[in-house]
Amino acid sequence: MAFILAKTVETKTFALSEGFLYALIGFCLVLVVLAVLMGFIYLLSYIVRKVEGKGKKQSAPATASAPELAPGSSGSVKLNNVDDRTAAMVMAIVADELKTPLNELKFISIKEINEEEK
Amino acid sequence: MSAVNIVDILKNLGESSGFASVHWQQIVMLVVACGLLFLGIAKKFEPLLLVGIAFGMLITNIPGLTGDNALFHSEMWFSNGGQINYGEVLLHGGLLDVLYIGVKTGLYPCLIFIGVGAMTDFGPMLANPKSLILGAAAQLGIYMALILAIVFGFSGNIAASVAIIGGADGPTAIFVTKTLAPEKLGAIAIAAYSYMALIPLIQPPIMRALTSKKERMIKMDQLRTVSKAEKIIFPIAVTIITCILLPSVAPLLGCLMFGNLLKECGVTERLSDTAQNALMNIVTLFLGISVGATAVYSSFLTFDTLKIIGLGLLAFCFSTAGGVLMGKLMCWITKGKINPLIGAAGVSAVPMAARVAHNEGKKWNPDNYLLMHAMGPNVAGVIGSAVAAGFLLALF
Repeated sequence: MAFILAKTVETKTFALSEGFLYALIGFCLVLVVLAVLMGFIYLLSYIVRKVEGKGKKQSAPATASAPELAPGSSGSVKLNNVDDRTAAMVMAIVADELKTPLNELKFISIKEINEEEK
Repeated sequence: MSAVNIVDILKNLGESSGFASVHWQQIVMLVVACGLLFLGIAKKFEPLLLVGIAFGMLITNIPGLTGDNALFHSEMWFSNGGQINYGEVLLHGGLLDVLYIGVKTGLYPCLIFIGVGAMTDFGPMLANPKSLILGAAAQLGIYMALILAIVFGFSGNIAASVAIIGGADGPTAIFVTKTLAPEKLGAIAIAAYSYMALIPLIQPPIMRALTSKKERMIKMDQLRTVSKAEKIIFPIAVTIITCILLPSVAPLLGCLMFGNLLKECGVTERLSDTAQNALMNIVTLFLGISVGATAVYSSFLTFDTLKIIGLGLLAFCFSTAGGVLMGKLMCWITKGKINPLIGAAGVSAVPMAARVAHNEGKKWNPDNYLLMHAMGPNVAGVIGSAVAAGFLLALF
């Protein structure tokens, strides 16, 4: 049968000093290759942001016609036994259900009602 | 039918059964395989691969499965001075011999890398390119294990294959070992996947030992949004740059980046979906069972296997330490802007290592969300281990 793949890798034995040298070179090589990639990514993001920034400036008049958000703050809200995160979620859900921007709604207080209090 | 004939038939059946030719080492291997199956199924240790590997190991060590009955013939692969007669394999090989061709030619690890690339989001790394340095530092274990393996008397080929376990990347370990030390493939694959599954146990004590409470509590700034253009250009440019710098890395890194391009370019959703799911599942199936089949008792039950397992653990520990120490250095340079725990995620094992760094950070500061910050070094580690593999292959 002629369909044969000859072994291409020979068995090599390393002395400890050779092992140290290869380990050092190998580690430095990984650092260098990844540092080159790091430099490239910084360069890439710089170029992309420049190009996209230019594109946004040119298309600015088109976006100017987009509806503006209602200005102003809806004031402060009193929280009773509710953490900030939960309160933010409650307000966002109410705004979404009412289809009204959050800054057009005024929340006076948010209170967690326990089963016992019902 | 006479009574004599029945006795002859029973005698022949007895002689051809496995009980007539059982070796005690085969029993040990069956116990080991069942142990690994238990770890994969009951403890969920990397089950997608460990179950396949363990079953391959089980089926290749069953007494009586020789000659035409055997599913895998180790003599076809590991004798004849390393020459492989593929015609012989196709004509007289068993099912697992035919499947093993995909391992031996490097087909499966490369196809798996296409799937891994299609599943990987390089966004966190692009948002914080410094994480590439952490990914590089976390390859320290590979080189420490290389030195230790030479000290333990392994040849250069086996030492390099053992060392790559420190990269915490199964397909990379298999890709290097199938070329440099195919007879040790079973032991090295089992060590690599077992330790990857044990990352939540191995890493935290090292992370705690090398960092102070103040460092572990550091909250990192939110990452910037990465544009689609950056995500598309990245895989193309990385392939060009790294393959020019280190041509031997092309099969692994080229496939990884190809898979990622399929995901990010936005016009090949079907291919990306196939690479992530169907292709990945099929190749994982073939890879696991055929790699497990190489763990034949005569080559597996040796003192070398114990040394490989011990060195693999040390490689993982050194890699974790390398990442954390580089994290500490970067923390000091940036005046406390980087939490050193994310350095531990530089060992590739995606996303397990990143999750471990996140959970460890959360333990010390419940408001700390390190996951996305840790994903940067984590995916950088995949590139780092592929580069390290390319270097080790280039040595021979």
